[in-house]
Amino acid sequence: MSKNTLCLSVGLAAMLSATPAMAQTEIAWWHAMDAELGQRLEAIAQGFNDSQDEFVVVPSYKGTYPETLTAAIAAFRANEQPAIVQVFEVGTGTMMAAEGAVNPVYKLMADNGEPWDPSAFLAPVTGYYSDTDGNILSMPFNSSTPIMYYNKDVFEKAGLDPETPPKTWAELETMSRQIMESGAAPCGFTSGWISWVQLENLSAIHDQPYGTLENGFGGLGTEFTFNGPVQVKHWENLKNWADEGLFEYGGPVGGGDAPPKFYAQECAIYMNSSASRAGVINNSKEFEVGFAPLPYYDDVTTDPKNSIIGGATLWALNGKDPAVYKGVAQFFTYLSSPEVQAQWHQATGYLPITNAAYDLGKEQGYYEANPGSDIAINQITRGTPSANSKGIRFGNLTQARTVVDEEFEALLSGSKTAQEALDAAVERGNQILRDFEAANS
Amino acid sequence: MQTKRTIFPNKFLPYALLAPQLAVTLVFFIWPAAQAVKSSFEREDPFGFRTTFIWFENYTRLFSEPGYLNSLTKTGIFAVSVTLLSMSLSLLLAVAVNRVIKSNRAYTTLLVWPYAVAPVVVGILWWFMFNPTIGIAPYLLRGLGISWNHRVDGNQAMILVVIAASWKQISYNFLFFVAGLQSVPQSLNEAAAIDGAGPFKRFWTIVFPLLSPTTFFLLIVNINYAMFDTFGLIDATTNGGPNQATNILVYKVYADGFLGLNIGSSAAQSVVLMLIVIALTAIQFRFIERRVQY
Repeated sequence: MSKNTLCLSVGLAAMLSATPAMAQTEIAWWHAMDAELGQRLEAIAQGFNDSQDEFVVVPSYKGTYPETLTAAIAAFRANEQPAIVQVFEVGTGTMMAAEGAVNPVYKLMADNGEPWDPSAFLAPVTGYYSDTDGNILSMPFNSSTPIMYYNKDVFEKAGLDPETPPKTWAELETMSRQIMESGAAPCGFTSGWISWVQLENLSAIHDQPYGTLENGFGGLGTEFTFNGPVQVKHWENLKNWADEGLFEYGGPVGGGDAPPKFYAQECAIYMNSSASRAGVINNSKEFEVGFAPLPYYDDVTTDPKNSIIGGATLWALNGKDPAVYKGVAQFFTYLSSPEVQAQWHQATGYLPITNAAYDLGKEQGYYEANPGSDIAINQITRGTPSANSKGIRFGNLTQARTVVDEEFEALLSGSKTAQEALDAAVERGNQILRDFEAANS
Repeated sequence: MQTKRTIFPNKFLPYALLAPQLAVTLVFFIWPAAQAVKSSFEREDPFGFRTTFIWFENYTRLFSEPGYLNSLTKTGIFAVSVTLLSMSLSLLLAVAVNRVIKSNRAYTTLLVWPYAVAPVVVGILWWFMFNPTIGIAPYLLRGLGISWNHRVDGNQAMILVVIAASWKQISYNFLFFVAGLQSVPQSLNEAAAIDGAGPFKRFWTIVFPLLSPTTFFLLIVNINYAMFDTFGLIDATTNGGPNQATNILVYKVYADGFLGLNIGSSAAQSVVLMLIVIALTAIQFRFIERRVQY
């Protein structure tokens, strides 16, 4: 008897939990945006939900970028995947190789009769996220690029012109020294994301290859080549500057110790993502912040190339009902509308991903009212992108970046020279690329 | 040794009573462990579309990889340091509390507190105190002429995680030592005192040998703790860095599997870890069974 009751109640529970989804189609959206950014993201989902009553987008925060990716992969393997997942640019290679897991956005939009025009997006964004045939596989959402933040008050105290930030690394070096020697601040500069800012972007800006086969865009057989003379010289400089105290290391991966150094006015200059803008403004009430493009070596190039993208895109995962994909397609259209994009861009510091959103911001007079807010977009769109500045695409890039961080730490501790550290990073990185190639072919 | 036997009238009842425990073990231990063993012989892309059986390649790669050998060494250094530091300090504290007549309850309570703190919180706590930029400890150390930056200096990072891990384990060891000390017969101590043995001599010749079962038990527990239970702490303080200086085995399993998505290698590493645990447990049972009786 008790067995029967159990069966009955289980069946009843299953029926009950199945009913509420009937009215509206639910679209699960897993993301990695916390705090202020998370609220902005939820506002976008709410905006879409209010604009129609057929679909409900349900955003859920799944932790950091790597955690979100891992959660989505685990869910996919258990057949519990969300319809949309936000994956950071580092995971792009991994996602692109997983053809069976992904519903490519260009196809998704065509299948559901939604308008889709790749040329509406900013060129560097399209370039970074297209496959070799030129199709965009995931929906660009939050793209950023590293820029330089500096403390105008400290510049003034050190006897520097607060309106002329350093343009080149040589200028940055002399200015940092002047800042230190005048006692205006104990350290010249710090940086978040060593791998992304001081190696990947450094290579792009100076038109140096990061890997073979067009920085990995050409196929899985790619190899790292970031141990060239420009990169070696830069790392050597960073090591010397660290020894002198001009540069302070902010830790591996994102460099969590870097922002406090800048906020506490310990370091006068800080390089990090343009999406740090909101945080920087919030945390610098005590001093005035200036914004500038990343510096370059004028003995290497007089015409610095565009910087490259960071941030994330939205991937539609396979294995859902057609009705769900219809909703996803409509949501993507809503998401890329100029109003939604412009608002997201202006509130967060991420790039406006469409030309229309950028134009809307110009019309609104946003860039004049907020000096420095167009630094990132100007830097990423300057010049004609070369094969070396189009972006990078490597599988298992998370691991490869960890290797870069580790070798950078070996350099700082003095156990390796810049050449040795970069050679080791290339060698270990190539091993990781071979693993990825072997697992995906 | 006598065993109590209960005779069940119903043949199936004992199995039914055992079933929940067996089910839990099967679902949460045997099955995942079997999966790990299986994955350790395979190479697979993260999504699981392409799986290749590669025999022992994950293992051979592991033991020829300098990073893994480094991790083994670091784990050894870490486990031994944590065990020695936390056990010696807690023995000292236990002996001290045992000699205090008044308010030793209050001391005991205070000393047990750290054990209630979650490992990640411990990690954050020490991360805060030793943060090279905003921490109080580097600030004080600078006054002594020591430049503290565990972001760059691997030895300092190791010192930091050893201190943090030991601090947390001291409470646990302390409780066991206090209990052990209380079971040492007072008459032996008094007799020795009458014979003219000083407190030091009494401790080393009477108390310490009588404590040896407790000490041995704690030794195994502490090594196990340092090797397998400190993941959260490492994650919150150093992330295994700088340059893998604190990348102990259990953290490497996580970093390679969950961050690097290299499932095969991560599975092979966890199988190796499992073998280490099994060996340690076997040693513990063998020796404790033998030494506990006198």
